[in-house]
Parts: sequence; C-alpha cells; structure tokens
Amino acid sequence: MKTIKWPLIFIGPCFLGLVIFTYIPVLMSFGLSFSYWNLLGAPKWVGLENYFSVLTDPLFWKTLQNTCIFAGASVTLQVIASLGVALLLSKVFRGVGIFRTLFFLPVITPMVSIALVWGWLYDPQYGGLNALLKVFGVSPIAWLYDPHWAMPAIILLRVWKEMGYTMIILLAGLQGIPEHLDESAALDGANSWQRFWWVTLPMLSPTLFFVITVSLMNALQAFDAVYLLTEGGPQHSTQVLVYWLFQNAFQFYKVGPASAIAYILFLLILSVTMIQWWFRKRWVLHES
Amino acid sequence: MSRKLILLIGALFMAFPFWVMIATSLMSHKQIFQIPPAFYPHPLTWQNYLNVFQNVPMIRYGFNSFFVAALTTAGQLMFCAMAAYGFSRFQFPYKNQWFLVFLVTMMIPPQVNIVPLFFEMKTLHWVDSYAGLIVPGLFGAYGVFLLRQWFNGLPLELEEAARIDGCSHWQIFWHIAIPLARPALVALGIFAFIGSWNSFMWPLIITQSDTLRTFPVGIAALKSSYRDITDWGALMAASTVSIIPIVLLFLAGQKQFIQGILQGGVKE
Repeated sequence: MKTIKWPLIFIGPCFLGLVIFTYIPVLMSFGLSFSYWNLLGAPKWVGLENYFSVLTDPLFWKTLQNTCIFAGASVTLQVIASLGVALLLSKVFRGVGIFRTLFFLPVITPMVSIALVWGWLYDPQYGGLNALLKVFGVSPIAWLYDPHWAMPAIILLRVWKEMGYTMIILLAGLQGIPEHLDESAALDGANSWQRFWWVTLPMLSPTLFFVITVSLMNALQAFDAVYLLTEGGPQHSTQVLVYWLFQNAFQFYKVGPASAIAYILFLLILSVTMIQWWFRKRWVLHES
Repeated sequence: MSRKLILLIGALFMAFPFWVMIATSLMSHKQIFQIPPAFYPHPLTWQNYLNVFQNVPMIRYGFNSFFVAALTTAGQLMFCAMAAYGFSRFQFPYKNQWFLVFLVTMMIPPQVNIVPLFFEMKTLHWVDSYAGLIVPGLFGAYGVFLLRQWFNGLPLELEEAARIDGCSHWQIFWHIAIPLARPALVALGIFAFIGSWNSFMWPLIITQSDTLRTFPVGIAALKSSYRDITDWGALMAASTVSIIPIVLLFLAGQKQFIQGILQGGVKE
C-alpha cells in the first residue's frame, strides 16, 4: 500500500480525468455505434445496423473518397513545398529568421479566422485571388461555388496553413545531417541534385516519415474550413468524414450512425498509420 | 540569387492573405466592393472595427477565449506535470503498462468521443457553461509524455539531497523539480494556450448562448448571420482582432515553442 501512495497522489488526478473524459466516452461511443438512440430513454441494441446503413449510403463513399483525396493531396503538396522551403532556409543568411517566422506564422493562427480570410480571397466577384490571376490572363474562377474547384480551394488553404509545421521539423532534420557526408559526396564529384537524392533525402527519411504520418492523421480529421466555407458543398464536393459526423450527431440527431462514422474514421486513421509503418522499411533509412 | 528570389515569392504567397485581411479591415464598404478589387485601403477607415465592436460582443468573446485558454493551460500544466513526475520518479507495479494506457489516448482522434462527451456534459449540467468549455480539455497524455522526458533527463542529486534534509515528495516536486522543468513547462504552456485559443469544434458544440462564445465560435456565428451580402470588412476586422493576441504570444515565446515541437516530434 505504501508503495503506491505517492504514485497515486501524483498520477491519480490526471488518470481520473482521462477515465471520465476519454476512456468512458470512447467505450460509450463504441456501444452507441451498435445502438438506436433518439436521445430519450435507453439506447436500444441494433447490432450492425448503423454500420450497414452508413456503408450502403452512397454519400458515405463520396465522403470517404473526398476525405482521402483531401488528405492525400494536401499532405503531398504540403510536404513537397515545405521540403523545398526548408532546403532554402537551412543555410544561414541575413534575414533567415524573418523568413522562418513568416512561413511558420499561419500554423499558430486560428483556422476559423484564416478560413474566413481565404473565403474572402476566393470570392468570385470581389475577391483578391481572381484579381491576381487576371494579371496572368486567367479568367475568373467560381472557387467555392464550383464543384470542381471547391476541393482544390480547400486543399490550397490547408497547405498554406499547415506548411510551416512540416517545414520547422524538416529544418531540424536537415540540421541534424552531418556536413561531412555532403562534403565528401561533393569531393567524389556528385552534383547538387545527386547529393540531394543520394545523401540528403535518405538521411532525412526518418523525419519525413514522422511528418507524413502526423500530417495525414491530422488531415483526415479536418473540419473547420469545411464547416465555415462550404458546408460540404457544392454538390457534396467538399463533404469530409468529420463534417458528416458532426451533421449526423448535432444537426440530424442520428447518434447511432454518427458513432458508427466515428469508429470508421478511427479505423481509417489506424489503418493508414499502420500501412505507413509497414512500408517504412522500404524507404526509411535505419539509424545504426 | 535564384534562391532568394524563390524565397521572396514564397514569402509573398505567405504574407498575401495576412495583408489582404488587414487591408480589407481598414477599407470603406465602397472600396471593398469595387471592381477591380483594391489591395490597399484608401482612404483608411476604422469603421469596420467600430461596427464589429458595436454589433457583436467582441470584448466578451475575447475575454472568454482568454479565460478558457488561461485556465486550460494552468490546469493542463498542473495535472500533466504531476503525472509526468509520478511516472518519472516512482516505482510501482505495471508502471510501463500504465504509461502505455496513457499513451494510447494520443492515438484516438478526439471526434470518436465527442458525441458521448456531449451527453456526459448534459448529465453534469455543464452544457453551455465555462466548466463544459474548460474541464474536458485539462487532461492530455501528450503533456505527460513531453514532461516525463524532461524529468527523466534531470539529475537526481538535488532531489536526493533534499530528501535527506527531510523534504516530502510534494515539496521536492514543487520547489525543485518544477523550477528545473521551466523550459518544458513554458513550451507545453504555449502549446496548450494556442490549442485552446484556436479550438473550434468543441466550443461550437458545447456553447449555446452568445455570452459564452469564444472568438472562433463568435466569428463563425457572425459569418452565418449574413444572408445576402457578407460584410467582409467586419469579418476581416474580427479576424484581425482574434489573430493579434496569439501572434504576439507566439513571437514572445517563439524559441521555447519551436523547441517544444522538436522535442515532442523528432527526438525519441
């Protein structure tokens, strides 16, 4: 008893909080995904019916597809762009700090405020983006009102907002690569592209693996910009899983299907992460 | 030279939305809705700020955002530091397994438990209250993970000396370990504050009355209150007001914040 007195005092409060606000709701959510509940009385067990109704809804497959396209495209662009910026900012020069801060700044700002700014930029008639594109001879685009352009618009906004996070971690990864590797490759006559491909990229692969995994997990949970700017439209072109979950739970009051969607999302994130973990051996350099 | 040019174009791309936000917030209604669009305010007017502060309880939103973020930060630091110290300094049965039980929560997306959490709040009568906004956010495994790493790295000699002098575990924690963990606590504190300040989905679900709304929820409500013509001037003014405090906080603690990201991320 004496041995667990102090651990209990220190760890107990936090553990109790997690039990009440995480473990119990997670288990309840699992139970509710197999139940019918109209928010009154006791939930009724319905077996797999919620999962069945979600999986047979054509909107689910559209939503799943959108979620994967959104996460895949935004993370790909984000990683490529931030890798480029990180490479350019990894060498110290005058004013490098200002650049780093500027690229990182969107990460800490509220998504709601940023989404509104982009909503204004995307305004087909008065917005800044079409005006800017007009200079290059591009005819006006309806952006958030066009089913073909709404998703790319949401992706671009996401990349702009999240790029700095990936950049800062890649920068640290780049600075961790010993300089003598690059120098000896240069002495052997490798040009800068070869040095990037055969030295920098393999050395950076553990960091890349980390940022891709974390960014994908986060992108699969995107909600704010969709809620604020498109409400899933037009024609469900920006309907993503978490927004659909929100609608089911808090607008349609379909608690059972909402819980089923929550667990499908959980499963999706888990399997994406595990697939990456398996494929890690193929391209991530092992630390020796 | 080309490196600087690419960076400059990138920087312009990053700065452009911020510029448009601030410029639009200082434009007259007439200038905002002119074709072709203007990119700098002329004449400069504060009218959008006056409008937004008159029509919407912006000061109240700001207070709520600040109050919720401050209490969430303080509570999270306290609970996480205690748990982290517990895992770092004491031996007890199945310690590693218990720590794993903590870590597992980091894998669960918060949307999974949001529905039952709302009904828990309903049972507690915490819907539409500060308690509902704050308390569920006080406990996080991430903070425990981050701080445990830090405590593990601290030398034990000081604490052992204090122990011989007759200090209790609690005194050692409070007077020795906590001051030494300051850099990690500052990083976690800035994380928690920014996270709370920016959070949207949970405050949107748990608040109903206007007096409890935080900046993001209040601004979203302002946006949806427009029917035919969106008053972008007012929205850009509100966005600017909501962004300035968090940018200032970040600039003040930039170094610790970035170090915190890197500790939680790259190094194992």
